Amino acid sequence: MKSGSSDVLKEFSAEQVEKLDGIIARYRGKPGGLIPVLEEAQMVLDYLPVPVQKRIADGLNLPLAQVYGVVTFYSFFTMKPRGRHTLRVCLGTACYVRGGKSIAENIVKEYKVGEGETTPDRRFTYETVRCLGACGLAPVIVVNENVHGRVKTQKLKSVLDEYQ
Amino acid sequence: MISPVSKIAYCASRTCRFRKPIDVRALLEKGLDELGYRDRIGLVETECLISCFQGPSIMLLPGGKVFQVLSEERFTETLRGLISEPQLPTLPPPGEPRIEPDIPGIEHIDFFAKQRLIVLRNRGHIDAESIEEYIAHDGYLALYKALTAMTPEGVIEEVKLSGLRGRGGAGFPSGTKWEEARKYATFPKYVICNGDEGDPGAFMDRSLMESDPHAVLEGMMVCGYAIGARQGYIYVRAEYPLAIQMLRTAIDRARRKGFLGRNILGTGFDFDIDIYPGAGAFVCGESTALMFSIEGKRGMPRIKPPRSTESGLWGRPTCLNNVETFANIPQILLHGGAWFRSIGMEDSTGTKVFSLTGAVKNVGLVEVPMGTDLRTIIFEIGGGIRGNAHFKAVQLGGPSGGCLTEQHLHLPATFDTLQAAGAMMGSGGVVVMDDTSCMVDVARFFTQFSVDESCGKCVPCRVGLKVLLGMLEKIIVGRGEPSDLDRLERQAVHIAATSHCGLGQAAPNPVLSTLRYFRHEYEAHVREKRCPALVCTDLIRFEVDAEACKRCGVCAKVCPVEAISWRKKEPAVLNRDKCIRCKACIRACKFKAIH
Repeated sequence: MKSGSSDVLKEFSAEQVEKLDGIIARYRGKPGGLIPVLEEAQMVLDYLPVPVQKRIADGLNLPLAQVYGVVTFYSFFTMKPRGRHTLRVCLGTACYVRGGKSIAENIVKEYKVGEGETTPDRRFTYETVRCLGACGLAPVIVVNENVHGRVKTQKLKSVLDEYQ
Repeated sequence: MISPVSKIAYCASRTCRFRKPIDVRALLEKGLDELGYRDRIGLVETECLISCFQGPSIMLLPGGKVFQVLSEERFTETLRGLISEPQLPTLPPPGEPRIEPDIPGIEHIDFFAKQRLIVLRNRGHIDAESIEEYIAHDGYLALYKALTAMTPEGVIEEVKLSGLRGRGGAGFPSGTKWEEARKYATFPKYVICNGDEGDPGAFMDRSLMESDPHAVLEGMMVCGYAIGARQGYIYVRAEYPLAIQMLRTAIDRARRKGFLGRNILGTGFDFDIDIYPGAGAFVCGESTALMFSIEGKRGMPRIKPPRSTESGLWGRPTCLNNVETFANIPQILLHGGAWFRSIGMEDSTGTKVFSLTGAVKNVGLVEVPMGTDLRTIIFEIGGGIRGNAHFKAVQLGGPSGGCLTEQHLHLPATFDTLQAAGAMMGSGGVVVMDDTSCMVDVARFFTQFSVDESCGKCVPCRVGLKVLLGMLEKIIVGRGEPSDLDRLERQAVHIAATSHCGLGQAAPNPVLSTLRYFRHEYEAHVREKRCPALVCTDLIRFEVDAEACKRCGVCAKVCPVEAISWRKKEPAVLNRDKCIRCKACIRACKFKAIH
């Protein structure tokens, strides 16, 4: 298990892996420890890909299937990394016809991210939504909880620069 | 410089912060510093002063007068007036920024006067992080009484006498449950507090855990003593980080004071409590699913019997109650079961906390005696419908509950009357809807929620609800046929009859209750292809009614695609080829001339 850690967990720093092992060690042998371990692990690692689950399963002496089953059951756990900000572009009809489509295309091109994906620098997780009921402000983008209306492609960068 | 005010409580909840972004604590600190009262007047952070509609609020103690913080300017000056003469605050001239004493006293306005606080009694009056303040308000006295002057059987008798029924939704008599759990001589036993408050629109458990955590702990300890358990768990949903933090602090303080741990109060009773954060699954509010979740498994309900009182957590006898249920226990022991029974109704005793939301003027937590009628709750406490719209329906009990109409407003809110009318008490969410809500759409919303949250274990819930949702969507886009209504009803009845757990059995309730009381709306959708509330976009014709049109031109202004042309003194004309059906014009038109 130790020898494999460097390559299967290579996206995480040595410090993070050490913390993960610490969490596992604290709950080892305690009944019902799996969910707290996953919660704490996600806090340290941001997400729980299969290699992490494998390490937790080995550490707690549980079948990987049970760990995977729990991770996929609860909505709190994610197997994909999320960005620091969530960027939603409205593609409802009003926004679509008023330039939402070109904003969406622009984001894909400029930030090199597909729908439902996260930028390589983990700055944004990009999603599209169908209608936010703010058609009067079309086109609309929402960053985290903030609604930006009447966004023009030329202004897009300056809006997004607020979110680093 | 003696002030009759000893403490100022301020609300630190999200509701208040979002209403006006004022840092009330910093303002108070600065003001008290400048006035030289910093050492004399304590500041108490509280989660909610239940006057959310006028926040951010502060409350002067003793006395409990609530004031609204209107602006940062001249705050210190006004504060001087309040703390030197709290009974007669000086009013600055109108138009000036001020702290407005627009609420003369809690007892004088309907929102507060009609309430009776048992569970929420400490809210705002004590610092939730201070165990000393809780003790000073009779805290842990009930535990002391139980441990030193009552037998476990005596405690159970008192709870049975009180008639307390579980506040989590099902309304099972708590005393009977405790008696069951005591009966089995399998050890260890467990006490679980269900803080997995998942119904959209309900937040009383969060408020309790955040503002009076020790009351919940004390209730659990008393339960542990009564059934013979030494370990308790509080299962709190992960979306409530502040509740988790407050409970952690409370448990830590209680341990240090000797209320938790070994040999509590020198009586030889051992009990400890741990917190268990959930991970985001609505179904974990179901008791057996919750226990699997604590065991570190997928939270899927199992067949009952055996009941959890016989075989619960790790196969041991377990007594699970809701947060609000536990918070009632200390008061019952202190004042007696007969006192509790004297409040409320014969079959539903005590009070119930409702979270009143939706289209009412005053939203917030409301604690009233059981049996208070819905009209009092909505129109007197809630202040009626917001704006100039009309009352249409009230949704009770979240995704497991149902919608009631005007004809039910006289109903006393008790477990059994609401159930009989097709809704349910549930955890106490009350969502009021006005005539801009489409009941088919509401049914669709809750069905979608249940589809998303179904655990997937049994077919009726996993597949049946999806089919139900599909039927509703078909009706909403205008492809429904009259025969669909019977099919919808049949499907809903089947799901209710054959689902495995309480969630699946109750999931069709929103559909069944709207079909029962708002069938005419469904009929309009399937027969006339018309949505009376103008919600379902596909059923709106987007035509201007030239007679109703007052020729004001607002619609033309808000239209994002210039599909409406308008000339002065002429009715607007809507070009349907350009129209993108965004409904901006319908929302803007005050005369309902577009439909």
